[in-house]
Amino acid sequence: MTSNPPNVYLPDMATIQEVIQETPAIKTFRVTLNNADRMQAFSFEPGQVGQLSVIGVGESTFVINSPPTRKEYLQFSVMKVGELTSRLHTLKAGDQIGVRAPLGNAFPYDSMRGRDIVFVGGGIGMAPLRTLLLYMLDNRAEYGKITLLYGARSPHDMAFSYEVEEWLQRDDMHTVLTVDNGTPEWQHKVGLIPNILKEIGPSPENAVAVTCGPPIMIKFTVQALQELGFGDEQIVTTLEKRMKCGVGICGRCNIGSSYVCKDGPVYTLAQLKELPGEM
Amino acid sequence: MSTARFLKARDIAPWLEELGREYTVLAPTRHGDTVVFREFEPERGIELDRLSTTPAKKALLPPCETLFEYATTKTDTPPYRTSIELRPTLPEGKILLFGTRPCDARAMQIFDRVYDGEQVKDPYYTARRNAATIVTLACSGQAGTCFCDRVGGSPVDATGSDVLLTPLKAGYVAEALTEKGMELMRDTAFMKADGLRQEALNVRNRILEEVPERTSFLDMERNLLSLFGDLGFWDKTAESCLSCGACTYLCPTCYCFNITDEPHGDSGKRIRTWDNCMSSQFTLEGSGHNPRPTKAHRMRNRIGHKFSYYPQLHDKTLACVGCGRCISNCPVSFDIRNAVACAIQHAAANAQEHAHD
Repeated sequence: MTSNPPNVYLPDMATIQEVIQETPAIKTFRVTLNNADRMQAFSFEPGQVGQLSVIGVGESTFVINSPPTRKEYLQFSVMKVGELTSRLHTLKAGDQIGVRAPLGNAFPYDSMRGRDIVFVGGGIGMAPLRTLLLYMLDNRAEYGKITLLYGARSPHDMAFSYEVEEWLQRDDMHTVLTVDNGTPEWQHKVGLIPNILKEIGPSPENAVAVTCGPPIMIKFTVQALQELGFGDEQIVTTLEKRMKCGVGICGRCNIGSSYVCKDGPVYTLAQLKELPGEM
Repeated sequence: MSTARFLKARDIAPWLEELGREYTVLAPTRHGDTVVFREFEPERGIELDRLSTTPAKKALLPPCETLFEYATTKTDTPPYRTSIELRPTLPEGKILLFGTRPCDARAMQIFDRVYDGEQVKDPYYTARRNAATIVTLACSGQAGTCFCDRVGGSPVDATGSDVLLTPLKAGYVAEALTEKGMELMRDTAFMKADGLRQEALNVRNRILEEVPERTSFLDMERNLLSLFGDLGFWDKTAESCLSCGACTYLCPTCYCFNITDEPHGDSGKRIRTWDNCMSSQFTLEGSGHNPRPTKAHRMRNRIGHKFSYYPQLHDKTLACVGCGRCISNCPVSFDIRNAVACAIQHAAANAQEHAHD
């Protein structure tokens, strides 16, 4: 059935191709849209999000964390937190889910060209950073020095471990891992992300910092970046809010006059300072 | 072709009954001590003497509506596969809204900018909106809680209406203002009344003369924004609020909604329902984090949305039409007029203080 205007609330049905158990609490889903033409035509930019549906249970927002440069599937990493994510975690390859995507804005990856990039990710907040990181690694020559600081509560809470190993080996990026609570086998840093960030001390000169994680981590990471001399325009974050419509209508994800689902989720600190402090 | 007609009061109900064959007719009707907007039925009659307790918004955004139905089928031999079919349920049929007041009609335009915007069109809303004809009754005067004049409207404002009714003795002059309005009036048997247009205009002017001179809430969006860091102010403002949400459900411009799934075995539906931003659960996230954890935050967002955020996005139009329903129906007599006036005053005082710094 054709409808005009397109029905923004109607998901594309999609098939789960692969499920990866990242950590005890995080699973990654690789999905393809059932409509081959829609899948072929699907385009998005790093940072954009999608609404995933377990039909009959509900819908929630997740970042598309595969980069647009890798088109064979769409990837979403989901931390088990509430009712919907618990149901998502029971799904297997071959199961059906609904996808409404892409939604929202993207990382300003164009204006980041030629600059040094500092990624600071905490827990599941690594998911959106992964999209941009892989995009940059796929276009490596266009970006300057790449630093990644990735922290989790403990070593077994670290997602994307199969890739983290590779990132540690690469000589065209600098990867630092930290956990709040170490184990005897843990070879990397132990300590809170903002403290480790100050210890690494990346230079703000011609650099952009991109951070995502729990609200409290973002707050102190931003402070640490400011102490290091990063300006408001040089700090980029991507926010998570409870969302329903995903298109700027239903009225719950707004910070002042800005709708995180449509005007975000990516903001510079300079943009956030223009809005009421409602993180 | 004449587009003004005279409707005798006693002819209205039979006319609406006749229109019921072509339209879903909604009109204000008495319900106990209140007046509610609901589907017109002759035996229930019609109540035009006072502002309805509930707004007319449900004609375009029902309190609960189905977005799509779904059905799940499973193959019964290996490999077991599930397929899910989604069937959208777009609304059909013409709607007539009779006896809305200028504030309610104006509210429809406030919805339009969001639901029928340039970037995004809500297909359910626009289907209803395009099929709706709005017949508005100009108010004979303002009630104590009315303040349409302070938010850009007036008791005789025709914004958002297809037909405007002006009360005269024993009936109403109906003037068609849009193509839809003309279509509605053209085929009626009511007396042509172009000769009464001047009299209707005089009546409206007399009503306007009764509107008191008082301060406006327009052009305050920036001013208010400066107060949004002052949570203490909002704490005090929200002190008596019970977070019951009566104000949001009765507000003709509140349009927030929730989306939930209702399964029945292997099939079910996804529905959307009116939601209430004054509830602590409105923005509560799965992790337990809540960006608007206290009623002060929620009050700031509600007043902020209507008097600052929405006007910033939509040519300074306020998302409040001054109907006063939130005031007359609040269990603790919260008065949004006082809250906004205080906020404006407070913001101005703060600005002055900073100027002296």
